Amino acid sequence: MEKWSLMTITVLLALTVRWAVSLGSYSGAGKPPMYGDYEAQRHWQEITYNLPIRQWYFNTSDNNLLYWGLDYPPLTAYHSFVCAYIAKLINPDWVALHTSRGYESQPHKLFMRTTVFVADLLVYIPAVILYCFSLKETSAKKKVSSALCILLYPGLILIDHGHFQYNSVSLGLALWAVLCLSHDWDLLGSVAFCLALNYKQMELYHSLPFFCYLLGKCFKKGLKGKGLVLLAKLAGTVLVSFAACWLPFGTDVEQIMQVLRRLFPIDRGLFEDKVANIWCSLSVLIKIKNVISPRTQLKLSFAVTFLSLLPACIKLTVQPSLRGFKFALVSCALSFFLFSFQVHEKSILLVSVPVCLIINEIPFMATWFLLVSTFSLLPLLLKDELLLPYAVTTPAFLAACLASFSILEKTSAEDLQLKAFSLSLKGYVSWFKSFPRIVRSLFLLSLSLMAVLSVLSAAVPPPQHLPDLFPVAVAVVSCLHFLLFLVYFNVVILWDSKNRGQKKIS
Amino acid sequence: MLVVENLNYASRATIFFQRLSVILTDTLFIYAVHECCRCINGKRAAKDILEKPTFILAVLLLWNFGLLIVDHIHFQYNGFLFGLMLLSVARLCQKRYLEGALLFAVLLHFKHIYIYVAPAYGIYLLRSYCFTANNADGSLKWRSFSFLHVTLLGLIVCLVSALSLGPFLVLGQLPQVISRLFPFKRGLCHAYWAPNFWALYNAMDKALTILGLKCNFLDGTKIPKASMTGGLVQEFQHTVLPSVTPLATLICTFIAILPSVFCLWFKPQGPRGFLQCLVLCALSSFMFGWHVHEKAILLAILPLSLLSVQRAKDAGIYLILATTGHFSLFPLLFTPPELPIKILLMLLFTVYSFSSLKSLFRREKPLLTWLETIYLIQLVPLEIFCEIIFPLTPWKRHFPFVPLLLTSVYCALGVTYAWLKLYISVLTERTSVRQKAE
Repeated sequence: MEKWSLMTITVLLALTVRWAVSLGSYSGAGKPPMYGDYEAQRHWQEITYNLPIRQWYFNTSDNNLLYWGLDYPPLTAYHSFVCAYIAKLINPDWVALHTSRGYESQPHKLFMRTTVFVADLLVYIPAVILYCFSLKETSAKKKVSSALCILLYPGLILIDHGHFQYNSVSLGLALWAVLCLSHDWDLLGSVAFCLALNYKQMELYHSLPFFCYLLGKCFKKGLKGKGLVLLAKLAGTVLVSFAACWLPFGTDVEQIMQVLRRLFPIDRGLFEDKVANIWCSLSVLIKIKNVISPRTQLKLSFAVTFLSLLPACIKLTVQPSLRGFKFALVSCALSFFLFSFQVHEKSILLVSVPVCLIINEIPFMATWFLLVSTFSLLPLLLKDELLLPYAVTTPAFLAACLASFSILEKTSAEDLQLKAFSLSLKGYVSWFKSFPRIVRSLFLLSLSLMAVLSVLSAAVPPPQHLPDLFPVAVAVVSCLHFLLFLVYFNVVILWDSKNRGQKKIS
Repeated sequence: MLVVENLNYASRATIFFQRLSVILTDTLFIYAVHECCRCINGKRAAKDILEKPTFILAVLLLWNFGLLIVDHIHFQYNGFLFGLMLLSVARLCQKRYLEGALLFAVLLHFKHIYIYVAPAYGIYLLRSYCFTANNADGSLKWRSFSFLHVTLLGLIVCLVSALSLGPFLVLGQLPQVISRLFPFKRGLCHAYWAPNFWALYNAMDKALTILGLKCNFLDGTKIPKASMTGGLVQEFQHTVLPSVTPLATLICTFIAILPSVFCLWFKPQGPRGFLQCLVLCALSSFMFGWHVHEKAILLAILPLSLLSVQRAKDAGIYLILATTGHFSLFPLLFTPPELPIKILLMLLFTVYSFSSLKSLFRREKPLLTWLETIYLIQLVPLEIFCEIIFPLTPWKRHFPFVPLLLTSVYCALGVTYAWLKLYISVLTERTSVRQKAE
C-alpha cells in the first residue's frame, strides 16, 4: 500500500484514540473549591480576555494569583486569549470575569477538548509526520511504523487529552526545531525553539543540548570566519524572537521581573507531591527537606544536575552530530528531571518526546523507557479517574511497538548501540554472550512489576498506616528505572564513535 | 441492575459490565473471521502481509465501521451474531454442511432478522447437500436425492426450534411471541427511513404531494397533517402514490429474491455462488422489506467483504455499498461528542478499504467509474450540510427532519445502484459461464 494512505490511516487512528480519551474525565472534575488543571486553563482564558496585559501576572483585586495564577510564559497567555475569544462567541458565560469560576458543563468540556485537539492537530502531529518522513536509511514501512508508535505514545495522549494540558504545543514546537536543525536550517530551528521556550519554561530542559549543538557547529565552521557569522546570526535570531514574544510587556522591568518570579517559584521547595525523581525517592530514607535548608537544597540540586549532564554536553560541543544531539536531548532532560528543583511528574514528557525521536535507532530501549514513563504517571491518572484509558492505551502501544519493530528480537549489544562500549570491556566478553537473553528477561520482569503495581494501585486500598504506599512505590520503581536509563544513555553518547557512517543499511 | 422496575438504570458499573459483555462476545466474531480467512484462496500470493487478501479481509471485517458503531456505541450484540453467521458460511465453504446448518438454525433463533437470508441457506443446502451429485454439464441429478441428509437437516432444525421455543410453546404463549417478533403495526418505515426502495417511494410521494399542492391538483385539507418523517413510529398512509401494505412488501421481496434463488438452484457454483445468493437475498429483503432498520444493511455488507477480496468487480460494488451503507448509519449517533468519533472511524474505514482494495487489484482496470466516484465524494458536502450548516440555519425548527430525509434518500440511491449492479453481474456471469460450457 502506498506510503501516503498508510500515513493517513495512522494519523486517523491517532486522532481517534485522542478523541476517545477526551471523552473521559479531566483533572479536578467536580472537585471544588480548587478543581484542577482544566479549571486553571479555563481561568486563564477568563483572565487574559477580561483583564489588560499589565494585570495578567500581578496580584490584583480582579486577579487572585492564589487561585491558579498564570505561571507559564506569555505565549501560553496569548493562546488562552485566542481560545477565550472563540469561547466568548459561543457562550460568554464560559469566560465571564469572576462568575465563571468552577464552570463545568458538557458543551464547555467539548469546547475545551476541541481546543486541545486542534492544537495537537496543527502543531504536534504534522511535526511527527514530517520528522518520520525525513528519517534517513529507513524503508517507507518503517517510517510509517515509527509515526504510528510515536503518535500512540500513551503519556502525551493521557496528559494532554485526559488530564488536560497543552504540552503538545510546546513539545511540537521543539520537535519542529529539531526537524529544522536536521535539515541544517539553523535560524528557523532557533526561532521554533524560542517559541517553544516562550510557551512553557520547562523547555529549558532541552535548551542546553540546543545551545551546545549549535555552538559546536559554530566551532566546527571555525570561530574566525563562518562560525562567528553563524553565532552572531543565531544570537540575533534568539534576541529578536524573545523580543517579539515579550513585546506587549514593553520595557517595564517590574513587569518582566514579576513574570519571571511567577515562572520560577524558587520558594516552593525541592519537590511537591510524589514524583519519580531522586529527591522524592531519597526522602523515603532520609527526610531531605528537614535536613538541609532551602537555599542549600537549591544549590545542591543545581550542582548535581549540572554535574550529571556535563559529559554529554561537552561531547556534543566538541563533536556536534545530529545523532549525538538527539541522544543529548534525552540525557539532559532526564538529568534535569531526576535532579532538578520543583519537578512535576508531567515533566517526564520532556524526556519521552526526544526518546520517541530515536525510537527507530534503539526500538527496544525506547519502548521500555516510554512504558516506564507512562507507568510513572499512574498516580496522577488514578486521581483523575483515567484508569480505563491508561489500561487500554498502554497495552495498545506495547502491541504496536512489538508488531512494528519486533523489539524482543533486537536486544543484542549491537542493537542497543553498546557495541563500542562492550568492545572496551574486553574482560567481560563471556558475559556478553547471553546479554540479549538477560536484557530480555529484565524487560519482562520490569513489565510484570509495573503491571502488578498498576493492578494493586487501582484495586487494593492501601493500609491505614501507609496511605501513600502505592504512589511512593510507583515513584521509587520508576526512579530506579530512570537512573539506569540515565547511565545507559550517557554510555551510548560517550562511546559513540565517528565511524558510524560505515554501518550497513538495516 | 437486574431488578425489573429499574428502568433507565445506568450506573457506571452497569455500563462497564454491559460494554465488556459485548467485547467478550466479540471473541466469537474474531474466531469466525479467522475461519473465513482460511476459506479464501490466496491466489495472489503477496510477500507483503499488508497486501495479502486474507489480511485485507480480516481488517475489513474486524474494523467494519458499521459493526463498531452499532455494537459498541449504539449498543447491540451484532458482533456475536455475525460471528455465528460468518462461521456458518465458513463451515459451508469447508463442506461441513451439518455444522453450518446447525449454526444458522441457532442464529435464526437468536435474531429473526436473519430470516432475510434463510432462502439462500435453504436452497443451497437442498441443492448441494440433499442432492449429492450433479450431472456432467452441472445440472441437477434428481436421482441423487439423499433422504438421510434431508432427515438430518430436519432433525437439526426441529431440535433447535424446540430448544428455543419449547418453553413458550408449553406455556401457550407462542402467538404473543410471534406478534412481538413480527410487529406489523409499526409502519412501513422506521422513524429514520432505512435507505431502501420505500425511502425513495416515500420521497417521491412527498415530492408529488408538494407539486400537487403547488399546482392545485390536490386539496390541502384532505391531506393528514402528521408527517411520516416526524420521527414517530406509527402507521401512515401515502397521499399521492398507492399505500403499501405488509403483504405488498412481502410479494415485492419474494419477486426480488426469485432470480438469485433460481440462479443458485440451476447452476450452483459452490460456496461462491452461495455467498452471492446470500448477499442478494439480504439486499433484496433490505430493499423491499417492511419496517427495515438501517442496521440491516450490515447483513449485506459483511458477507460481501468475503467476495470483495477475490474479484475486482465485487470489490467495486463493495466500495459503493459499504460507503453509502455506513454513511446511512450516521444518524444513529447524534450527540456532539460522538461526531468526531463517527467521522474519524468512517474516514479510517473508507481510506483503508479504498487503498487496500485498489492495491490488491492494482493490475486490473480502476474499481470505480468517475460517476460512482463523484457520487461518493458528494457524501462529504452532504455531511457538512447536515451536521454543521443546517443546525445553524433558521429552518431547523420548522423542518427538523430534512437532514435525515436527505441522508436517507441519497444513500438509498447508492444502495439501489449497488444492488442492481450486483444482480446484473451475477446474472450475466451465469449466462457467460453457461455459454462457455456449451
